[in-house]
Amino acid sequence: MPKAPDPITRDLWHVVAATDELKIGLIETTLLLDRRLAMTRGLDGEPVVWFATDEENGDDIDADSVLDRLPVKTAYGYTWTCLGTPSAELFPIPEFAEADRVNMSCGSIGIHVSAPRAVENFLDMGHFPYVHTDILGSEPHTEVKEYDVEVSEERDEVLATKCKFMQPRAAKSATQAMEVEYVYRVPHPFCSVLYKSCPEDESRRDVIGIFLQPMTEETCRAHLLQSMIDSTSTITDLRRFQQTIFGQDKPILENQYPKKLPLDPRAETPIRADKSAIAYRRWLSQKGITYGVIPQAS
Amino acid sequence: MTITLYDFELSGNCYKLRLLMNILNVPYAIHPVDFFPGREHKADWFLRLNPFGQLPVLKDDDLVLSDSGAILAYLAKKYDTSGQWFPDDPAVTAEILRWHAVADDISATSSAARLALGYSYPFDIEKSQKGAHRIFRILDEHLWFGEKAGRDWLCAPAHPTTADIACFPYVMLSEEGGISRQDYPALRRWTDRVRRIPGFMVMSGIFPAGPAKT
Repeated sequence: MPKAPDPITRDLWHVVAATDELKIGLIETTLLLDRRLAMTRGLDGEPVVWFATDEENGDDIDADSVLDRLPVKTAYGYTWTCLGTPSAELFPIPEFAEADRVNMSCGSIGIHVSAPRAVENFLDMGHFPYVHTDILGSEPHTEVKEYDVEVSEERDEVLATKCKFMQPRAAKSATQAMEVEYVYRVPHPFCSVLYKSCPEDESRRDVIGIFLQPMTEETCRAHLLQSMIDSTSTITDLRRFQQTIFGQDKPILENQYPKKLPLDPRAETPIRADKSAIAYRRWLSQKGITYGVIPQAS
Repeated sequence: MTITLYDFELSGNCYKLRLLMNILNVPYAIHPVDFFPGREHKADWFLRLNPFGQLPVLKDDDLVLSDSGAILAYLAKKYDTSGQWFPDDPAVTAEILRWHAVADDISATSSAARLALGYSYPFDIEKSQKGAHRIFRILDEHLWFGEKAGRDWLCAPAHPTTADIACFPYVMLSEEGGISRQDYPALRRWTDRVRRIPGFMVMSGIFPAGPAKT
């Protein structure tokens, strides 16, 4: 029997599906915090989520017949739900609403690792030249330069700024190598949003979100969002670019040990480049998150 | 000649063709197909190319081909000037086709487990994993006895053939399906040899091999 999630995790909004990918009148089943959920969309297109009993994936259903429902929110093209009492609004991504952006899901991909490990990998720039060779990095440009990290009290999020990295192919729209500036936000214990210089328009930033659905303490689904300034690529091209990157991260993530994220500062040896990861671990610890992590011994 | 590959980056079956064309130095264009999450391989335009709704499809001028094993044979017969990748010898041809069929069985097990765990396909995970282990055990023995007899590849010739290309990707991607290769040392040594073939290229999820011990 898996342990019950900590109250903070239980009361969070959690992503469960790309809304458009849920078929109207068909059931899709998934796992959230060790509980089996069933999902569908009604004729009005609105998602409906409930605790699964004997429903199977692919069964027909009339969403109106589902009476005992979990709370649902739709945001950034995704469906979110909560197993406890949803306490807060979901974090804002104001750029998503800009009219000329191309917004898309890039697939919901299962990974055999805890959600916090996946967040931490997303924050890491040190692996770019080795894992995303000739795309997000290349030798000998391996140095992670000094960057700033703060925990914003007001917004309750981890913020890493002035992150700079030389990238051979920063985005689908890139035509040459460029030094790219990143801003990382962690506005939710299991979600991160990154802003990076846009090759097409120097004054704006592409936005990439990774929203992790904690399925069990050691498995999750990564839901990838792209909100891009790109006037030439197709959605298929843009998805392919992001999936190529994510496909490279997957085996690295799945080989991490332990699969839960250790929060004790002595458990793993960080280097200067891991500043954002250290802040993230401390933030999780202070919040009292115990799901998917190895809490600090008290 | 103009070759277009209808391709999905994360597909091992598509990668087989990218890999052989790179080894043979055959230029080709990619037409990306949104297999996941877009399910574009079931779209009307794609079903007109391949009514079975499966990737990959390869177009060589006006010729439209599907099935990765069939296309590997086509590419080798047409573009491999060395004649080594799909030799004419009847016994070797039979041997290669036998391993192309094994490659399909590896897809039906190892790739199915990967699709279930990573891409939420409703396949039986445990059954797929068991099936893959059964095949990997046989492969490992075949390769182990081969090494003892001085044979480095799946088939008899002293060089790799399309059989090696066909079986390679979903062996390498097995861990994404929760199938460890720890118990198959000869299989692992063979994957290192494949990764050192001149012209070898990677796909997302497969990393290059380190230099060979001398």
